[in-house]
Amino acid sequence: MTQHAAIEAIDVARTYALDGVSVPALRGVTLTIAHGEHVAVVGPSGSGKSTLMHLLGGLDQPTSGRLRIGGRDVAGLTAAEMAHLRNATIGFVFQSFHLLSRTSALDNVALPLVYRGLGARERREQAARMLERVGLSHRIGHRPNQLSGGEQQRVAIARALVTEPAVLLADEPTGNLDQATGAAVLELLEQLNTAEGVAVVLVTHDREVAARARRQITMRDGRVVSDTADDAETASDAGEVPR
Amino acid sequence: MRLAEAWRVALDALRANRLRSGLTMLGMVIGVGAVVILVALGTGTKNEVQAQVEGLGSNLLLVVPGQVSLNAAPAVSRLDQSDLDAVIRIAGDRDRVAVSLTSGENVRAGKEQVFTSLLGVLETTPKVFLRDVRAGAYLTRTDVETGRRVAVLGSSVAKTLFGERDPVGQQVTIAGVRFRVIGVFAPLGQSLGVDRDNEVHIPLSTAQRLLATKRVDAFAVKAPDAETIDRLGRDIVAELHRRHPDEEFSAVTQEQILGVLGDILGVLTAVLAAIAGISLLVGGVGVSNIMLVSVRERTREIGLRMALGARPRDIGLQFLLEAVLLTTIGGLLGIAFGVGASLATAALSPVPAALTWWSIALAFGVSCAVGIVFGVVPAQRAGRLDPVVALRSE
Ligand SMILES: Nc1ncnc2c1ncn2[C@@H]1O[C@H](COP(=O)(O)OP(=O)(O)OP(=O)(O)O)[C@@H](O)[C@H]1O
Ligand SMILES: [Mg+2]
Repeated sequence: MTQHAAIEAIDVARTYALDGVSVPALRGVTLTIAHGEHVAVVGPSGSGKSTLMHLLGGLDQPTSGRLRIGGRDVAGLTAAEMAHLRNATIGFVFQSFHLLSRTSALDNVALPLVYRGLGARERREQAARMLERVGLSHRIGHRPNQLSGGEQQRVAIARALVTEPAVLLADEPTGNLDQATGAAVLELLEQLNTAEGVAVVLVTHDREVAARARRQITMRDGRVVSDTADDAETASDAGEVPR
Repeated sequence: MRLAEAWRVALDALRANRLRSGLTMLGMVIGVGAVVILVALGTGTKNEVQAQVEGLGSNLLLVVPGQVSLNAAPAVSRLDQSDLDAVIRIAGDRDRVAVSLTSGENVRAGKEQVFTSLLGVLETTPKVFLRDVRAGAYLTRTDVETGRRVAVLGSSVAKTLFGERDPVGQQVTIAGVRFRVIGVFAPLGQSLGVDRDNEVHIPLSTAQRLLATKRVDAFAVKAPDAETIDRLGRDIVAELHRRHPDEEFSAVTQEQILGVLGDILGVLTAVLAAIAGISLLVGGVGVSNIMLVSVRERTREIGLRMALGARPRDIGLQFLLEAVLLTTIGGLLGIAFGVGASLATAALSPVPAALTWWSIALAFGVSCAVGIVFGVVPAQRAGRLDPVVALRSE
């Protein structure tokens, strides 16, 4: 592939200043997310998974290292430029859904398009198409409190995809769902990954869930301790990576 | 984000918190309403005074002993008949000069009695001032020269003493002396709470005899035209000063009176408006306060919007418009309230209230400005939030 990677991190570190003490959350991470990839990020609590996701999604700036999102180096970008970059490249799915409570499913899904300057009509058309895509056509006018947890997360997935992002970042998307509902949500993400070609990066505590992704990144103590992509590189000519 | 979209989001946020929005607006409603009402009262009073002074007649010069200024005590007059003759000589025509000797007296007719201003005057009064006689006739030169005991009653005096009966030809007793009523004035109405129809005119010579004095209190001279009025005033003051070297005299025009009164009422209006302005300030602080609470409450929403691509200025604009909506809706309600209260006051009470477009436009402009000024800090605070921190907040 000659095209640039969707996201590229080179020796990225993030240190928080807490009451004058600096807390290193990421200590030098190098990785590439290619277009259309399906990646699971695992690791113990506090290992820096969420911090990494915030950086990959352009919600935060690294303390050091180089970070390119959608081919663009984020160093020195203003908050407005970062916002534009997120809107153009990234879709977020959160553990706690983060839907606007007084707003219909349709308008929740259409929200990212507001910041593209699209007109109401166009926004609703695209949002309706996206809701149909996640199987919620019949819930268009419902508010979040009139939807089940699984439905809410599907609305959130539709919202993440309505901008047709290169990468969908999901930080424990099934964390607030029961087993069966969670499985359905994961299946939807996998399906979107294969059918739409959107790269999916998923943080999970569930070994089984992680195993279903084509690539696993394991973190510990702010570092990537294993990445199946590196293993594959050495044997890339050998064909597909075994599951 | 499109501006129309930002307005819609702001309006939605206000609707979601109706009670709180309403209470916050109330501060603006009261402040703006107070400004509109107080300015209307000030303007109404000013208009009324102006109409009154202009209603006296045109090209009038009022000549009084002493100085005309706010802090000068009214001087006791030492002017007399010979001074009157001198003023008439300078004015060139007896018909251009009115004079008064004033005293507060009880007037009786039968069982009825009223305390009134008794004015000793010349027959020229209606030629100098605009005064209409409703029934009967005014004093004649013969009445003045022979010192007849005849009286012209103000309309409220006539009403109190005689009710619906015609007073002309009836007897009244003033300070124990009987007078015959020969005329009744057309009503002038109230002004600033004072009844302008509570007065009785009798011939100057009769008044001097009744009050056992030779003095006159003040002159009014009607100049032939606006150009000669200042010169005439100077001539009269100079002549009076020559005749009474150790006394001061003043001649003031209607314009000067209006100027002084206008200044006083202008200051009064400004003070009232400033007091009302303080309540606007308080309303503005309330808006600021509520917007800060709103930003804190909706931190997660702000974080989400930022994650989805909202720029700091999109978020800031959303909250600024919310503040502006609060104050302008409050301002419009306040204007409606102020206009209603002013119209009701003017219609139902003798207190004058006059609405002016500029005060309404100003009130609206100030409402918008208060929203912008007091919305900026909360809006900036919202726009500067870190999306990661905002998303995590509870
Ligand atoms: N805003 C912050 N200020 C200070 N320290 C922080 C902040 N955010 C995260 N950290 C620290 O950085 C480290 C990594 O946190 P992070 O949230 O990335 O972990 P995680 O792998 O997502 O954990 P979990 O699985 O529990 O969600 C932790 O030690 C955490 O305490
Ligand atoms: Mg986490």
